[in-house]
Amino acid sequence: MNIQDIKQDFPIFARQKDLVYLDSAATSLTPQTVIDKLCDYYTTYNANIARGLYKISAQATEEFEMSRGSIAQFIGANENEIVFTSGTTMSLNMIAHGLAHNITSQHNIVTTVLEHHANFIPWQQVCKNVKAEFRVAVLTDHDEVDQNDLLELIDENTRIIALTHVSNVLGTIIPLQDIIKKIRIKNPNVIIVVDAAQSIAHVPINVRDLDCDFLAFSIHKIFGPTGVGVLYGKKDQLEKLQPLFTGGEMIESVSTCDTTFRELPHRLEAGTPDIAGVIASRTAVDYLLHIGFETILTHEKELLTYCMEQFHDHFGQEIRIIGPQNSVNRSGLISFTFGSFHPHDIATILDDSVSVAIRAGQHCAMPLHMESLHLNATARVSFSVYNTKQDIDTLIVGLHAVQKTLS
Amino acid sequence: MDIYQEKILDHYHSPRNTGTLEHPTHRHCANNPTCGDKICITLIVENNIIVDIKFTGEGCAISQAAASMVTEKIKGDTTENALKLTRDDIVKMLGVEIGIGRIRCALLGIETIQKAIQCGQVNKN
Repeated sequence: MNIQDIKQDFPIFARQKDLVYLDSAATSLTPQTVIDKLCDYYTTYNANIARGLYKISAQATEEFEMSRGSIAQFIGANENEIVFTSGTTMSLNMIAHGLAHNITSQHNIVTTVLEHHANFIPWQQVCKNVKAEFRVAVLTDHDEVDQNDLLELIDENTRIIALTHVSNVLGTIIPLQDIIKKIRIKNPNVIIVVDAAQSIAHVPINVRDLDCDFLAFSIHKIFGPTGVGVLYGKKDQLEKLQPLFTGGEMIESVSTCDTTFRELPHRLEAGTPDIAGVIASRTAVDYLLHIGFETILTHEKELLTYCMEQFHDHFGQEIRIIGPQNSVNRSGLISFTFGSFHPHDIATILDDSVSVAIRAGQHCAMPLHMESLHLNATARVSFSVYNTKQDIDTLIVGLHAVQKTLS
Repeated sequence: MDIYQEKILDHYHSPRNTGTLEHPTHRHCANNPTCGDKICITLIVENNIIVDIKFTGEGCAISQAAASMVTEKIKGDTTENALKLTRDDIVKMLGVEIGIGRIRCALLGIETIQKAIQCGQVNKN
């Protein structure tokens, strides 16, 4: 597959001719097919789902449910195990607060220091609310999850373990399948929650092989629209989730005395969802699969390796790459520091001088930055299928401009 | 316009009024949680006049240069005038357009100073 052709699938490049987009870990760009599918709903069968007794409502409902089927197939789940949410953050909060009624002060919840705030704060809050213990596994000297420490923290009172699949700062792909096996041996009753926000675009996932109980991700990281997330749960685990939101579309019957809820997954989808977004999610998945994980991974690995080489050749020790020092087990992102330049200045100058878009800051991972890496902020570049080696060459030109401006 | 103009870079490379006053009447520290920028201010206020001000800090060029420039601007002026400074005044002082992504950096200095004046009074023992 020709990468230059792939770029043509994304209309933003025709309008932003100079744009070098290196922030796909924050949100991926959107191909024309997905945009068309969104428009298609609003222009052809714009109706609410589930209850309508007319043709276009039935069509919207069918399209919506077809997306559920596609997403289920995409991660190896059953349709009734897929709940649509607004994004990873909402999914994780629904899991954390929906399970809270099973947690007491006798219990503990385990996570790691490299989690995104969305997979850290909800658990910290639940523990605070019910006075359970909140346990946080540290990193090894090589900035990897310390598996021994993690397993050590798990005991018979551990109720939940929340783990990210790929770190949004370090880029490390965590060997979750292996870790989950070990966790199951240590405590077979523990509920394992996976934050797949960063892995979903870069690692083929099968929830059965992974053997997690819950998994969360956002559609906008895989070429889809913003505002749609997925909450996967094993059927029996989903049953345990208390609906955080109640209202329309999730009930069976309501009287002044009581309410009975619909069957799964609908009882966890109160209110009118982002119908167009969910429908276009299927198109996004189709687009990703049409390119294929193999092509994506090979391409990203090539860019990673090239970027690391260029960093080294042009700036030597001035650029410090955070996390693993090679591209093995690293997804398509690199966080780095550059001399004594502040990441915000780096990002602004890259944008001003060469229209390179990167992220700077703590990337919603304050515990990792402040307590493990001891850094106030880092700069982060991340890659997707539409990026090229020329993009990295432009980045290097921009980094020289940073040096020239600030030195 | 490029925000890294000569005046800003000058203050970034050679910030004015840096350090910590030994006997301040007011002090306050604040940070910008999105990027970890940090500013600590000490002031000596006599009869509502800012007779001395020093700051320490770490962070991006914009936050540090803006803090340096604003200390110069208000030194010798009244606390009343310092409290009156707005976002527009700071942007005017910097002389460049500051986008939504960097405005927090630019305002960190003045906000810390205003907080110090309003509620950072040092107890005299």
